[in-house]
Amino acid sequence: MTTHPDPAVRPTPGDSPAVPFAAPVASQPGPVDPDRPGAEPARHPDQARHAQSAPAGDWAHGLDTVPRAVETPDELQPYAELGLRDDEYDRIRHILGRRPTQAELAMYSIMWSEHCSYKSSKVHLRQFGEKAPPSDRLLAGIGENAGVVRVSDELAVTFKVESHNHPSFVEPYQGAATGVGGIVRDILAMGARPVAVMDPLRFGAADHPDTGRVLPGVVAGVGGYGNCLGLPNIGGEVVFDPCYQGNPLVNALCLGVLPVDRLQKKEATGPGNVVVLMGARTGRDGIGGVSVLASATFDEGSEQRRPSVQVGDPFMEKLLIEACLELYEAELVVGIQDLGGAGLTCALTETAASAGTGMRVWLERVPLREASMEPQEILASESQERMLLVVAPDKLEAVLKTAEKWGVWATAIGEVTAPSPDGRPGRLVVTWRDQLVVDVPPGSLVDDGPVYARPMREPADLILLQADRAETLPRPSTPEALRETVLRMIASPNLADKGWVTEQYDRYVLGNTVLAQPEDAGVIRIDERTGLGVALSLDGNGRYARLDPYHGTRLALAEAYRNVAVTGAKPIAVTNCLNFGSPEDPGVMWQFAEAVRGLADGCQELGIPVTGGNVSFYNQTGAAAIHPTPVVGVLGVLDDVAARVPMGFVPRPAGEHDQLFLLGETHVELSGSEWAWVTHEHLGGIPPQVDLGRERQLAELLAEAGRVGHLSSAHDLSDGGLAQGLVESCLRRGVGAVVAVPEQFAGGSMPFVFLFSESAGRVLVSVPRGHEKAFTALCAAHGVPWEAIGITDPAGGALEVHGQFRIGLDELRAAHTATLPRLFGNSELAEADAPVAQASAPVADADAPGGQADALVAQADADVDAPVTQADAAVAVVDAPVAQAAPVADAGFPGARDAAAAVPVTDEGEQATPGAPEAADALAPVDAPAPVDAPVTGQPTEAERAAEPAEAGPGDARPDQR
Amino acid sequence: MTARVGVVTFPGSLDDGDAARAVRIAGAEPVRLWHGDPDLQGVDAVVLPGGFSYGDYLRCGAIARFAPVMETLVDAARGGLPVLGICNGFQILCEAHLLPGALTRNQHLHFRNRDQRLRIEATGTAWTNAFQPGQEVLVPVKNGEGCYVADAATLDRLEGEGRVVARYVDGNPNGSQRDIAAITNPAGNVVGIMPHPEHAVEALTGPSLDGLGFFTSVLKHLVGAPA
Repeated sequence: MTTHPDPAVRPTPGDSPAVPFAAPVASQPGPVDPDRPGAEPARHPDQARHAQSAPAGDWAHGLDTVPRAVETPDELQPYAELGLRDDEYDRIRHILGRRPTQAELAMYSIMWSEHCSYKSSKVHLRQFGEKAPPSDRLLAGIGENAGVVRVSDELAVTFKVESHNHPSFVEPYQGAATGVGGIVRDILAMGARPVAVMDPLRFGAADHPDTGRVLPGVVAGVGGYGNCLGLPNIGGEVVFDPCYQGNPLVNALCLGVLPVDRLQKKEATGPGNVVVLMGARTGRDGIGGVSVLASATFDEGSEQRRPSVQVGDPFMEKLLIEACLELYEAELVVGIQDLGGAGLTCALTETAASAGTGMRVWLERVPLREASMEPQEILASESQERMLLVVAPDKLEAVLKTAEKWGVWATAIGEVTAPSPDGRPGRLVVTWRDQLVVDVPPGSLVDDGPVYARPMREPADLILLQADRAETLPRPSTPEALRETVLRMIASPNLADKGWVTEQYDRYVLGNTVLAQPEDAGVIRIDERTGLGVALSLDGNGRYARLDPYHGTRLALAEAYRNVAVTGAKPIAVTNCLNFGSPEDPGVMWQFAEAVRGLADGCQELGIPVTGGNVSFYNQTGAAAIHPTPVVGVLGVLDDVAARVPMGFVPRPAGEHDQLFLLGETHVELSGSEWAWVTHEHLGGIPPQVDLGRERQLAELLAEAGRVGHLSSAHDLSDGGLAQGLVESCLRRGVGAVVAVPEQFAGGSMPFVFLFSESAGRVLVSVPRGHEKAFTALCAAHGVPWEAIGITDPAGGALEVHGQFRIGLDELRAAHTATLPRLFGNSELAEADAPVAQASAPVADADAPGGQADALVAQADADVDAPVTQADAAVAVVDAPVAQAAPVADAGFPGARDAAAAVPVTDEGEQATPGAPEAADALAPVDAPAPVDAPVTGQPTEAERAAEPAEAGPGDARPDQR
Repeated sequence: MTARVGVVTFPGSLDDGDAARAVRIAGAEPVRLWHGDPDLQGVDAVVLPGGFSYGDYLRCGAIARFAPVMETLVDAARGGLPVLGICNGFQILCEAHLLPGALTRNQHLHFRNRDQRLRIEATGTAWTNAFQPGQEVLVPVKNGEGCYVADAATLDRLEGEGRVVARYVDGNPNGSQRDIAAITNPAGNVVGIMPHPEHAVEALTGPSLDGLGFFTSVLKHLVGAPA
């Protein structure tokens, strides 16, 4: 028989007898469930044993209960070390009418952190709602786990992008892997089946030794998790810039599909309903600040409490997905919430607060990986692959059965309680072995956190930066120089072929991938019957945003919008991931405010709403912030994916070709361009102008032209300009082209401007013979400027710019594809490194030491009171080049990796920065060994047997991936 | 009567839906089989799909071979039931000793997903009789542990008995010995293949339609087979 916790009983100090520490939850109900013979909160048979085996002594004298908090109001608490300010701590005391318990303090500190409370960004993010154009498609918007957009009468899609930046620097593989896992659970929590992922990645200089450590690990982590989960990776970005040295950006997007009537809610409604924790067991991973609380003040002798990057188990997540979808299908859950940042604390408080109910939780029922975990650790743990369900009592049995079928843990840990009779919301009451450790109004953690209007000031250097325009740089003006520039540009790290990265991702699984990288947008079929599909693109340009955060953000929006439009899709919704430096720096805060204003205004002009997003602050090393990097995602809908327009020129029978048109206007716009950076290491001036009204006209033209078959290919022009677009369209299917420079670009360096300007609002299209007239008429009707610039040349095998140069496709391909293998290891078999690559490698290395030394100095400066481990990491970085010299495929830098992995991060790692208050807590030296699972005894079920290898963690099973 | 082709789902199977789609497009009825249920439901053939069964944290396929469904499947395969193992399915067939050798980590240590050219070497099997000997096909390959290895004697025996079903051409994506992409058992009813024919059955989503031949082959085989 399965029962659920009793709503009526709420322990008070008086009726709690001496704690029976070894009381098995299932078979010996304590005073909390007096009449519950045979209660069976956990399905898994060893759970009771697990509870029994917990050591009893450690906290017998030290457990901080609510009664104790009342009795000891003056006890000193390490709130400052947890990142709470004096006034924030006072506010907690005011809310509770006493000092918080250890567990409560931990909960407030993480829920009121920047990561969870958006306390610095909230005042700005409101614009997304205020300026949102009306949309009858939006089923769930900002504030939900992810935005949900209706795409047909029956189907909706949900999508969201999040950051996992700092963990990915510390431990690239697991940091990136759990970034994917986290966003997938957000999508799952909305009731959707996850169907695709994308990953915008940004790293330091391509030839910096530490990039050689971070990038391979991040790529393997994104692939390792996504591939094992069975989600096609359909696009993303790989960008290199020295500003991301020491602070790579690892953003991850997930797309999900659901029937419109299956949308799930996170509200914990219905007093008496059971609260079920499903998925992986809870361990000490990602605890962060709470560990510091424990080790700094309350238990100095304990070395077990080490904060760390969470460790992902994609197999468990796959089972969790299938189990959840079966629960949705059978309508077995009332509410559901994923456990991500802030773990159980966030899930319990958000579900209760959004329903106005209370919750009663028996914390000792939570299945643990480590029996010695304390209440505050359990509440703060960020162990991956967990979901919180709210279930009607009569459905509990069926829920547990489904979990058992898929071999995941499901445990009734509490129940929903009623609001108070006077109408106030209910309270979250948590006991630990019959002792009351938490008694708080859940809304106070979720909604009543501090909100700051932080000071903002335009960076002092911006005026000078904008005055230093790239349009004044010397430009190539001879055919030879132009030819050389083309080859150099397509081989530069940001413009080079990214196959080395994307071949490590499965793009085929699920069988619905219609377009994937290197196409402008990923296109997924979501209905096999009708051919309905969606297109997605994510774009950002930190250089543009550095030069002008308002227009830079609008440019990112315009590019993502255009990338979706070129496939023939109609853009309908926007998500974003806003990566910035420290909000305590007025300059950064100004950049942030400008970026948000730009995105909100832009979406208003384009008529598509922001459906959700993510803010990542504190991306900086010492005083040097990254370029402001808003990454914007646009979702479009295609009524029939068979009509999608790909980017590559189309092979034709002998003698046939397509006509090439350049849509939009080309101006002399080189500031912030890839060319200025690659050839002059120049960043300055004002980024290209963006006209969103024109982008809209262009999108409408492309949708109609694609639908009626006027387009054989369409390719967005952005980084690297027309030259890059031509090369990519030629190489996609091995079809050459002959292009003539239009008259207005004749003479001097104007052919260069024609080929390399990065003016926005432009698209390169090829039009089949016989469609030219109809197509140009359509352009005129939509008010889109067009110019016939040449023809495809299927038999020619070369890209020719008439009167300038002719480059064979083989030569283009060799230049375009050699760069990443040269930098990160040639993964081809039985092929020695090309002599060219070897020759150029020493040159790249020669540049490195200077930049590297600077980075180290910056790090050291920032960490005056930083611990030994940080210094170790820096030392390991210094050692790294030696490792890189070793001629081993994917050698990585084991030394650097190990040392870096020892640097603890907080639970909100992406926001923790050396020098920032939140981070300071996390930097306590820790030398504890890696977590070891508590041994499980007894006869495991078949599912558990299967899951056992997983407990060791993928890293242990595949040491080569560490 | 429509042939019924079972597709087994293990926990962690990923391409099971795709295998079922390919079976359907080929004109047969896909039947979902569950790892925990030894009942093969009287199917005419079985596909073990790609994925990461049980997470494959241990050696790939090492746990799946002990699944209840495998007990009956191994016996049925020895009795002549056509079985196709794709990717993880190939790994499982090797672990179950229905096929010799093993699949190990790709030599370059990376997961590799690309469109791969193969040459069909043996057309006498239940799964390749629709191809011409020496025919080249284009299907996706996507694996982290697809490097086929066996001792020299086994490799020589496979070659000698004409049991190398397909080889990689234009580049070996994982370091497999003798460029082996697919092999069969002596009877020709059990085939293991590392690339994914089920992802080359629709022009919209695959690099070609070449994969369809594997699924139409088994239908041809079943028509000719004694009832």
